[in-house]
Amino acid sequence: MAVEHLVGAYHAWASNGASNAPAWLKTLRDSGISRFSELGFPNMKQEAWRFTSVAPIAESSFELAKPASALPSLDAIAPFLLDDETSHRLVFVNGFFAPSLSLVSSDGVRVESLAQAVLDRPAIVQAHLCKYALSQDRPFCALNTAFVREGAFVHVPAKAVVQKPIQLLFLAVPGKTQQIVMHPRNLVLIEREARASVVETYAALESDVYWTNSVTEVVVGDGARVDYHRVQRESARAYHVAATQTHQGRDSTIHLHTVAFGGALSRHDIGTVLAGPGGTLILNGLYLLAGRQHADHHTTIDHAADHCESHEYFNGVLDGHSRGVFTGRIIVRPGAQKTDSKQTNNNLLLSSDAHADSQPQLEIYADDVKCTHGSTVGPLDPRALFYMRSRGIKEDQARRLLTYGFAAEILGRMEVAPLRAQLDRIVRDRLAAV
Amino acid sequence: MPGSGKREAGRVLLEVKGLRVAVAGNEILKGVDLTIRDGEVHAIMGPNGSGKSTLAQVLAGHPAYAVLAGTAKYEGKDLLDMKPEERARAGLFLAFQYPVEIRGITNSYFLRSALNALRRERGEPELDPIDFLQVLEAKLRSIGWDDSMMNRPVNEGFSGGEKKRNEILQLAVLEPRLAILDETDSGLDIDALRTVAEAVNQLRNPKRAFLIVTHYQRLLNYITPDVVHVLADGRIVRSGGPELAQELEAKGYDWLRDGVMVS
Repeated sequence: MAVEHLVGAYHAWASNGASNAPAWLKTLRDSGISRFSELGFPNMKQEAWRFTSVAPIAESSFELAKPASALPSLDAIAPFLLDDETSHRLVFVNGFFAPSLSLVSSDGVRVESLAQAVLDRPAIVQAHLCKYALSQDRPFCALNTAFVREGAFVHVPAKAVVQKPIQLLFLAVPGKTQQIVMHPRNLVLIEREARASVVETYAALESDVYWTNSVTEVVVGDGARVDYHRVQRESARAYHVAATQTHQGRDSTIHLHTVAFGGALSRHDIGTVLAGPGGTLILNGLYLLAGRQHADHHTTIDHAADHCESHEYFNGVLDGHSRGVFTGRIIVRPGAQKTDSKQTNNNLLLSSDAHADSQPQLEIYADDVKCTHGSTVGPLDPRALFYMRSRGIKEDQARRLLTYGFAAEILGRMEVAPLRAQLDRIVRDRLAAV
Repeated sequence: MPGSGKREAGRVLLEVKGLRVAVAGNEILKGVDLTIRDGEVHAIMGPNGSGKSTLAQVLAGHPAYAVLAGTAKYEGKDLLDMKPEERARAGLFLAFQYPVEIRGITNSYFLRSALNALRRERGEPELDPIDFLQVLEAKLRSIGWDDSMMNRPVNEGFSGGEKKRNEILQLAVLEPRLAILDETDSGLDIDALRTVAEAVNQLRNPKRAFLIVTHYQRLLNYITPDVVHVLADGRIVRSGGPELAQELEAKGYDWLRDGVMVS
């Protein structure tokens, strides 16, 4: 039912609001919608979706978001910003670029809306858009591609160094009348030997029901480094489906951090390709869930070249009736010798009704490699509790401290201090309620 | 009880009588009597499985141990009725045989939380990070160590020697009245052992008693106890002066067991 609804919405949109797009973009969108209508919504019989039902999304009818009737004030969005610590800031409200809330400077680094980039720099956008996050067997990515229109475009030219983080903020202000869906699409290009740090945040001002379906492609050139942070602070009633796909060149470094605090139901597919020798990837994630929240992280690290290292750390803190799902797939391609890959997923259950599924999937096709993985699911370590109490710390404080440490371990790997402080406050606030 | 005469008159800090303790249904301590006065250093030696660590853990309040009978009074109060944190706040400290790793919490943050818990108990103002740093640096200087362990997560990735040193550092900062060292010497090479022993000697004073649990005599080459007890099969079978430790080193534990059986 909902598939036809979305396909119908697409055709109405394509022939009306989106009709002035360049031909190549229309072709891309058409391929997206036809792929989506072939695939339909995923179901739990499919391996990649065996722990997560998207029925709440498929059975609702979401309307394509329209611009908000009034933009929020800068003060209202301040809790999501990094104060004066950003070099560039793009703010999107209901998926529409909001220049008055944004901070753009022209310093050789392009940080602008994707819609603008399609007009200004079609060649580079066309060369990269949808080339990494593939829709082949991913219905949500196909759907996002069908509705590709707006999002962030970041281009850091070769050897440029952006000192302060670039912030991309996606704010939902859906209003009360209907449930909306947004399909933000981001393209981040970090050229050879450049360096930048990006913070991509999803948030809402009110606890509304809406659906975000975002896709971000991050391309990192030879010898470049990007610290990419993804912060999911959606409304507790929202649906959040996302794909982050990275592609990195020789001797490049990506530190990819992701935290999930919000959403009634969230699913984040993270795909990374180490395409050139000598690459380094840190994939560092935290999910902090309560109530009936369900968060599913599906990560794929593709060692396609030799002498690369990847370190993956995901911690989940699960309270109430929440459920955390982690799938960590590591592929070591033939010829990817001297791969060094480590994966850990630790889940802390704060309530007997919370539940975690953790599944490593290692596919190793090279023989001279080092791959380790480990996962844990359980309550707080009683030995650690006794250790703390034996130092005079009361039991409830010891529990909070140990739980905090579980989250802080992940946040501690982030190098952007104001972001770390912001997330640290959220974690502390949440734990005060435990 | 044997011990140096001048301390005999000291106030009784810990008095254990007829303590019987079981873990998972097995009786480990079968009637332990032990009296420690202010400022005294007692060593408890004994073979593996004699119950040494059980005694250390039960005094600190480990929830896995069930007290079957007996009493333990600390400063005249019923120690066995106190929660682990209450014992710590009353000045009891256990240096763990196997210190626990705590992810995500730096050593410095942990130690400040613990010190502030104790300070609250004593009605003293809590220390902010800057004040704490001063206290910490003074303590580190007094035992001749640097702050290299402070900004790492508690015990995570620490070597065996670093873990044991970290326990002694906590002891130094938390300033207990009764410090129990549970096989602090195990797993240490001779240099690390000497480092730890020297720090403990720095921390000895007339207001602080020690209960040193050890399997080997070698730690007692560096820390001279007032009293040595031998624990075997859940009971203290001999008590004496420092010379008893040397006797044990020379003869092993078997002769004592035999002695128990014939007596």
